[in-house]
Amino acid sequence: MGLVLLFVGLNQSWALVLGIVNLSLISAIMALGVNIQWGYAGLFNVGIMGFAALGGVSVVLIAQQPVTEAIDAGGIKMLFALVLGAITIVTGVVLNKKGFNKWLIASIVVIGYLFTRHYFSEASDVIEKVDPAITGYLGGFGFPIAFSWIVGGLAAAGAAWWIGKITLSLRADYLAIATLGIAEIILYVIKNEDWFVRGVKNVAGLPRPVPYEVDMQKSEWLLNIVAWIHRSDLELLTQSDQVAQLSEYVRGASVVFVKLCYSGLFVLILVALIVLSNLALNSPWGRKVRAIRDNEVAASAMGKNITRQHLQIFVIGSAIVGIAGALLVTYNGIFIPTAYMPLRFTFLIWVMVILGGSGNNLGSVLGAFIIWFIWIQSGPMGLWAVEMIGSFTQEGNTITEFLEDRVHYLRLVFMGSILLFIMRFAPRGILPEKNKEL
Amino acid sequence: MSDSIDIINAFALMTNFVILPALSYGSQLALGALAVTLVYSILRFSNFAQGDSMAFGTMIVILLTGFMIGKGWTITGIPTALLVIPIAVIGTSIYMLTMDRLVYRHYRRIKVKQNIVGITASIGVMFITGGIVRFILGASPQRFEDGERFIFSVREFKAFTGLEQGIALKTSQFLTITIAILLVAFLFYFLQKTKTGKAMRAYSDNTELALLSGIDPDKVVQITWLLVAALTTIAGALYGLDKGFAPQQYHLLLLPIFASVIVGGIGSPLGAIAGAFLVSFSEVLLTYAYKKFLIYLLPLSMHPNSLVQLIGTEYKYAISFVILVTVLLIRPTGLLKGKVIDGD
Repeated sequence: MGLVLLFVGLNQSWALVLGIVNLSLISAIMALGVNIQWGYAGLFNVGIMGFAALGGVSVVLIAQQPVTEAIDAGGIKMLFALVLGAITIVTGVVLNKKGFNKWLIASIVVIGYLFTRHYFSEASDVIEKVDPAITGYLGGFGFPIAFSWIVGGLAAAGAAWWIGKITLSLRADYLAIATLGIAEIILYVIKNEDWFVRGVKNVAGLPRPVPYEVDMQKSEWLLNIVAWIHRSDLELLTQSDQVAQLSEYVRGASVVFVKLCYSGLFVLILVALIVLSNLALNSPWGRKVRAIRDNEVAASAMGKNITRQHLQIFVIGSAIVGIAGALLVTYNGIFIPTAYMPLRFTFLIWVMVILGGSGNNLGSVLGAFIIWFIWIQSGPMGLWAVEMIGSFTQEGNTITEFLEDRVHYLRLVFMGSILLFIMRFAPRGILPEKNKEL
Repeated sequence: MSDSIDIINAFALMTNFVILPALSYGSQLALGALAVTLVYSILRFSNFAQGDSMAFGTMIVILLTGFMIGKGWTITGIPTALLVIPIAVIGTSIYMLTMDRLVYRHYRRIKVKQNIVGITASIGVMFITGGIVRFILGASPQRFEDGERFIFSVREFKAFTGLEQGIALKTSQFLTITIAILLVAFLFYFLQKTKTGKAMRAYSDNTELALLSGIDPDKVVQITWLLVAALTTIAGALYGLDKGFAPQQYHLLLLPIFASVIVGGIGSPLGAIAGAFLVSFSEVLLTYAYKKFLIYLLPLSMHPNSLVQLIGTEYKYAISFVILVTVLLIRPTGLLKGKVIDGD
């Protein structure tokens, strides 16, 4: 894998390699979360996209500066609407527990809902009218961005707890269907509620945890390092060419340096999570988890509460996916709701986990690197193949144009085939789980 | 608008904008839900590829329709898509049998007990199918109906009855409801009365016992896929005639279809149909804007000035989800008792 990346670095560019590495690292964190759910407990989460999106939302909510005009205009009203909605739900649940008349509860909930909706739509209209081209939403809290990773994890954990609470005690496929549904709904909310995170208008210019390229280009020490690396090239040039060439090099180097900072950060988080989860897996808790996975009936006979254990693992795994989602938006510096596609976020992660070997954390990391590399490179490769075919036919051939237009959809077919092949011929993946004595 | 109370016009309005659309949408969902139920009862897994398989069937219909129209082989008044459905069913059957041979048969042979393996495999098939459809037709929405758009239009209805609000019966709605009734009737007759149908039910009830009685499992599975292919293609084609074809839309149909199956009780065909109509009516009733309806029914002083829409149209898939969650909370077995115990 390292050799392949080295090859790309020498042939294409180092910035590209680091881009691939960084996204692989984020995917690896996501895959780790899914592996905890699937490999440790056999829980089938088809809503990875939704949990990742929750992480992304929390970046916007935590790190963006608040939009004071919008808050002045409709903030209080929105808060009131949301509190009203919450009160309605809580009242409904409490009355239901106390065994009140079902019709009474239903009418209270309906009336509460109608009032909430009334205030809610008024408030969102007002907020969305505040300078819609630039803001048109409430903005965030303006806290440091690192804080949002934790919040992203917590948000995903909360959603997972709710879903898990309802479905985990039931059939296995209910969890799959429910997660699929919740992921789509989270996305619908994000895309349609403009007052919340600007909907499909995207949130750009998110703060960064690492320095900006422009600042790096002015720094003395980076200049010195670059000059030292390229000293043999620079010596051959005249004085004026040297300055021009050097600033060219520094510009490239600043991009690489910023990406390296991100890589360092992601590696740190990934390693910490792997160490923690491996420690957990080898502890008495981990033995309990594996015992439940391998034989639920026997484990429950030993007095283990299976549903509670599953809920715990589902929440932990989803929280990790949420953290990875927050990291992804931090890295991109922009929140794009339309970029959340089930294929990119749910399915690709699944292929990573299954290819790497479910149950093995390092396997998930390896799977993430391999699959992400194939995914990124298969687009250009497909186009290249089509161009090769095209070169044998005359200009403006309709078939070639058709293929160039559509060839990227074949990646779906390709990834699906990989998944099915591994499932059938190597169900344990590349790095199978080490069978430790229980 | 009149300021008096006008029940007949209100009823006409409801029929046109709520009852007819919900009936035809419900029929389309019911066919899809029956396909999921069949796969679940015989092959014992929840088929996540259902939505994309419907897109696949519809894709064949669209391609053949284009071909037929190009050749001029059309019959006036009838949508060409209807004529090519039989051929499309054959095409989808071949595709499904191939997928079964390549993917699912292996797991039956090694007797995998967990239906989670089937789900994972069907998700792989889902992406392959979706990729093929998008590769061939592209991802953008398209319409493929031709012939008469209406059995009777709003204007004809108004002229006939003299009402202020008209009811239009679209050809696609009429076809959907008729074909769905015929197909469901055939399916139930097949399962209840024919020898093969009985064999299928026996296989679903108790596989071991069915095998002992000399029922050929491969044949049962093949027949199942043929039925599923017919249901899938027809459901997809009817939905496309009604609302247009878009791969992503078909993919998302998975949610209302699963909601229908689970609401009705997973594994129960009648329940699937009941669930489908529950989901479709909830969806249409909750996203309909009641302003005009209330204007007809209420005196002038109480006329609403907002749209009186309970939930925005953009959240229609959320409705199926909420129904699903509510049923799971209150009655996990579904309306008509299905199989709740884990699939193994």
